[in-house]
Amino acid sequence: MSGDTFLGMPSFPAAAAESTRNRRLRANLSHATRTIREKRARAVAELTDWAELRAAGKAIKDHTLRHLDRYLLQLEAAVTAAGGTVHWAVDAAEANRIVADLVLATGEREVIKVKSMATQEIGLNEALAAEGIAAYETDLAELIVQLGDDRPSHILVPAIHRNREEIREIFAERMAAWGRPAPEDLTDSPAQLAEAARLHLREKFLRAKVAVSGANFMIAETGTLVVVESEGNGRMCLTLPETLISVVGIEKVVPSWRDLEVFLQTLPRSSTAERMNPYTSLWTGTLGPEGDGPSAFHLVLLDNGRTTALADQVGRQALRCIRCSACLNVCPVYERAGGHAYGSVYPGPIGAILTPQLRGTTSEIDASLPFASSLCGACYEVCPVAIDIPEVLVHLREQVAGQGGHRLERAAVKAAGFALDHPGVLAAGERVAGRARGLLPDRLPGPGRGWTDSRDLPDLPGQPFRDWWKKNRSRSRSRSRSRKDSR
Amino acid sequence: MSTGRETVLARIRAAIGAEQGPPVTGPSATGLGLGPGPGTGSSASDPGAGAGSPQADGVTDRLAGRRHEDIPRDYLPVHRDEDPAALLDLLHENLADYRALVHRSTAADLPATVARLLAAHGSRTVAVPADLPPDWLSAAAGVAAVVDDGTLTAVRLDAVDSVLTGCALAVAETGTLVLDAGPAQGRRLLTLVPDHHICVVRAPGQIVASLPRALPRLDPTRPQTWISGPSATSDIELDRVEGVHGPRTLEVVLVTES
Repeated sequence: MSGDTFLGMPSFPAAAAESTRNRRLRANLSHATRTIREKRARAVAELTDWAELRAAGKAIKDHTLRHLDRYLLQLEAAVTAAGGTVHWAVDAAEANRIVADLVLATGEREVIKVKSMATQEIGLNEALAAEGIAAYETDLAELIVQLGDDRPSHILVPAIHRNREEIREIFAERMAAWGRPAPEDLTDSPAQLAEAARLHLREKFLRAKVAVSGANFMIAETGTLVVVESEGNGRMCLTLPETLISVVGIEKVVPSWRDLEVFLQTLPRSSTAERMNPYTSLWTGTLGPEGDGPSAFHLVLLDNGRTTALADQVGRQALRCIRCSACLNVCPVYERAGGHAYGSVYPGPIGAILTPQLRGTTSEIDASLPFASSLCGACYEVCPVAIDIPEVLVHLREQVAGQGGHRLERAAVKAAGFALDHPGVLAAGERVAGRARGLLPDRLPGPGRGWTDSRDLPDLPGQPFRDWWKKNRSRSRSRSRSRKDSR
Repeated sequence: MSTGRETVLARIRAAIGAEQGPPVTGPSATGLGLGPGPGTGSSASDPGAGAGSPQADGVTDRLAGRRHEDIPRDYLPVHRDEDPAALLDLLHENLADYRALVHRSTAADLPATVARLLAAHGSRTVAVPADLPPDWLSAAAGVAAVVDDGTLTAVRLDAVDSVLTGCALAVAETGTLVLDAGPAQGRRLLTLVPDHHICVVRAPGQIVASLPRALPRLDPTRPQTWISGPSATSDIELDRVEGVHGPRTLEVVLVTES
């Protein structure tokens, strides 16, 4: 991953210490994630065979990864036979070079873009800008991020950290510099904001000759690419221009047409909590003499660290990810820290296991990511391809610990280990804490201060649980039994 | 370009080489002559390529090489009753749930229904594919048909009020219309640029219950657009708002024989 925009990021704890103090961010995030969590649960509950769909999705992805070379070759042959051209990129720099050269060869100096995690990951927009090519994001949330000169903070909704008032301000102030200005009387109603985006982007759609997209799925058997979306900007980009360039991670291939019946049931429900997303586009190569779509199609297959993840037998399950973002929406750490603290275009639980595998764990931020979790397991539970995120987190923690680990963590674990090994020490400590609770401050001193800036310390009980048990429970047990008998 | 290809393939083989197991019989893989082990152009420097797995025991070997057709598919082919009347109601309900405007009509009444919808929308022009059944517009007096002969541009379509098409099929469980540029559907841009789309679905012939029922009836080599309600976004506070770039009004006419 190039992740240029994230260069020099502080470690997750440092970034989170900053972001958790931002009350507006926390309010925006908890409002949005709570909304989607409840809706997702309802959408999933509609399907009585969810567990079986999840198992099938996992099995299809595992099978594909085990035979990835063959499926990619099959895909390449099918895309080529359908009139497309396939390129292979080892890393971000190579992918950016390929795309820039393809755009330059058309003679165009601007491209329209469908929201794509892969192109975010490789920093394509910045690379194109360096070649004098303007890249216009057309997804509403990506547009908000681009106009706001901001960074994405969520996989599905990159501008989730912005509320409607902030979006109104960004549109009113920035749209004019990029094209058609926002209407004078723009309010913060979501419908009006969407209308402003429609008007602003339409002239770009009608003019553009080159589009860049990603893809949700690539079907090896047929060479078909699939893009799911909601707004119609994807359809615009995939249909109207003359040249289409799709940059897709190698793990996005699935073997057969039939496999879509699994993922197109699980992805929309996990992602936007819909039975089906409003629009899905499927195309195979170029579209021939009828002129139904681009006459030139390029597929750039991207490695950029994926083969490193593939080599790790525990970590490779992260490559099953279909980028639904359900794990972000249920994560208590993500909800409080926000997406930017993860220092990657892949935030949240999946980012905490994907980013360190794609980028390695040499930088401070990447080494801290596997620790950005309470291991509560909610992410695993909602994952539609059953990625055991806690398992991979622990696995990656072992790797980081092998490099030396974290100083404070080592000291704390050592102290805890001593107390737990010596029951007398533990009991004495608990009693002292209980009696001294009146002296407890609202805020922690020293390194704990940051933690209490955004949280209240829990009240300490007056006595340790074990003392309470000795006093109450040994007596009451006989009483409760006799009560039951009298019923 | 080719160096990138060989490097990526070599890295994949190094990562999975020892676990590949017996040849995979994925869909049509055999027809392409893509055997296991060292494939096209792999070099002697690939550490894992073609390593085979002579040391692997039978069980691991079988698991690792599990064939595509052995993937467990214990999920349901359909979630609801496949009775045609029930499917028609379910499709109606799910389309309406995502804010499509749904109408019922008999085949005989279709021209009048279409005319009424166009008039209600105030449309003076309607884009249609060249092979639209001629009677669909026969009652729409005063509305000019803009027929796509393959040369209609997006800019021209941007000035058209409505578009009228059929579909390839509709999926009841998800409230989805599938267009594949087949009969009465036209090119993809036709149903994309105008702001008002009227789509005709013939019941019961074009309605299937579920995705597992739909996919075998579709040809992956045809360009497809699956439509589930009008254009929408959840990008502002994860709340759904209808109407961004695609047609903001989607009207569906469910046509029955009598």
